[in-house]
Amino acid sequence: MTVKMTPSGSATDLIPLAAHRRILHGDLGGKILLGLMAALIVVVPILNLAVPSDSPMHISTYAVTLMGRYLCFALLALSLDLVWGYCGILSLGHGAFFALGGYAMGMYLMRQIGDRGVYGDPVLPDFMVFLGWEELPWYWLGFDQFWFAALMVLAVPGTLGFVFGWLAFRSRVTGVYLSIISQAMTYALMLAFFRNEMGFGGNNGLTDFKDILGFSISAPSTRVALFVASALALALSYLICRAIVRSRLGRVVTAVRDAEPRTRSIGYRTDRYKVWVWTVSAMLAGLAGALYVPQVGIINPSEFSPLNSIEAVVWVAVGGRGTLFGAALGGALVNYAQTLLTAWLAELWLFVLGGLFVAVTLFFPRGLVGLLRRREGS
Amino acid sequence: MQWLDDTRAFMRRDQVFDIVRPVASSGRVDTRHGPILYLEDVTVSFDGFRALDALTLYIDDGELRCIIGPNGAGKSTMMDVITGRTRPDNGGAWFGQRLDLLRMDETEIAQAGIGRKFQKPTVFPRHRVVENLELAMAGPRGVWSALTARLDRSTRERIDEVLEEIGLADQGRALAGQLSHGQKQWLEIGMLLMQNPRVLLVDEPVAGMTHQEMDRTAELLTRLAGRHSVVVVEHDMEFVRSIARKVTVLHQGSVLAEGSMEEVQSDPRVIEVYLGE
Repeated sequence: MTVKMTPSGSATDLIPLAAHRRILHGDLGGKILLGLMAALIVVVPILNLAVPSDSPMHISTYAVTLMGRYLCFALLALSLDLVWGYCGILSLGHGAFFALGGYAMGMYLMRQIGDRGVYGDPVLPDFMVFLGWEELPWYWLGFDQFWFAALMVLAVPGTLGFVFGWLAFRSRVTGVYLSIISQAMTYALMLAFFRNEMGFGGNNGLTDFKDILGFSISAPSTRVALFVASALALALSYLICRAIVRSRLGRVVTAVRDAEPRTRSIGYRTDRYKVWVWTVSAMLAGLAGALYVPQVGIINPSEFSPLNSIEAVVWVAVGGRGTLFGAALGGALVNYAQTLLTAWLAELWLFVLGGLFVAVTLFFPRGLVGLLRRREGS
Repeated sequence: MQWLDDTRAFMRRDQVFDIVRPVASSGRVDTRHGPILYLEDVTVSFDGFRALDALTLYIDDGELRCIIGPNGAGKSTMMDVITGRTRPDNGGAWFGQRLDLLRMDETEIAQAGIGRKFQKPTVFPRHRVVENLELAMAGPRGVWSALTARLDRSTRERIDEVLEEIGLADQGRALAGQLSHGQKQWLEIGMLLMQNPRVLLVDEPVAGMTHQEMDRTAELLTRLAGRHSVVVVEHDMEFVRSIARKVTVLHQGSVLAEGSMEEVQSDPRVIEVYLGE
């Protein structure tokens, strides 16, 4: 990027006045992303609900849901980019926050089933009746209320993120060691959630959802509403991340990424900054998971699988680390590619994904965004 | 009979209990008695090697002090003790009369007003020069205040002023990583100035500089003394001669000689260990 030199203007003009002023200034990618979300929010509902299904312009409900899932993955990638791209913390466990947000939403959806379950118990979900439980565990209380579940979607991943970050960053665990313990965290949670005694449906997880906020979860209009909610969440989260990155806090955090001891020596408590960004990122990942679960109709412990977290890292790397919109792009595109490829070469997908990561690391370390920028520059 | 000794030591109260003493690491820097930094009997050992051996050193408020000494004399360790990176085995370190540096951590010390320039220039390479200065600026360091921070007019003027002072007014927009070695050193001094510290610890400011750059650095440092106390650790004798008013020679972790450059240079012990080489 070239900077226009104006002899009279002071160089301090380059520092944003405040985080919220002209938030998209000079952010072409962000403008495109937000424009795209706005277009999708308007066009997709029309093409799905208003255009008759025999028209070539019609978008099937299946496709709407699929796109909604891509947006959730884009949001997960965005949250990961905030910590990895800007703060240099490579998390190999962000899937845990995603899954926890998903479980919080899943618990709400389970309680919405009411007496329509197989066993017809008005309060207990099917798996609890099956296990012979008499009453609801305390941590399931309140999840019949949407507002409570929505709060937990942010609070549970946020609390885990805060505690994990507090312990890890205060002890100055960095680099590879942090990546490994974040991976261990998600693996431990996976093993825990597999156990029936945990009260989260064990192996099978939570499924057979009936409705959300009183609307049937399989109705096309509900699907479209979920899609729109995902697009809005992505756009809003993008703006939040962008505001963070543009604030002085964002500049401190990037300074931590590039030279942490130096940042400490000029008087910043770098661990607090890291905990803060990490917690925000965990909450965004939880939000992504919460939007994902009603669209796929199931949440089970395999969402905690370390592989999922590693995949998310690949999305960010492919899209372009440290650009926010690039990460979102990567999250959506790589998953689209996966949908296409698994249709014919299901068993090859993991090799393709691995190859993609190696290729990105070796040949275009700045990801797709870097590739586009280079072309633009030349 | 260990317990008896312990009991006697406990009973013999010709001093007050530690818990009754006022907390030392609070309040403002008190320099009414002259010195701003007190190092007394500071001893640091690493695996049996004594990097500092009962070092006692006082720095006056507003003075420019040069510290010289051969490799391994303990110069950098001394700076580590002052900035809270290394805890001494023994001795005391005070900032003014009231602030006990040994009870404060690195960030608290930096916030209290001791700034340090490292031997190897470390700027934030992917931030612009102005952003480097902005980050170093004195002020609240909390997470929330950083999130809502605004850049007001007086801050901008202060940044411009420092840019001018360190001679980088034309480079404000450049990424700090693209500056030359000498410019990075100046930017670091500029960052120190933005912190507005009472004491500047400057570790080898002219290493790797050209003669012209050296002259400018000398001029910059002498200009800063008075408003700040400046402690310069340097190897380059010519440079020390050009700025020094008072020189301290360290040798094997303690002070060998102290005085003006002429006095120090004529001291036979100094000649033996250092200048005579």
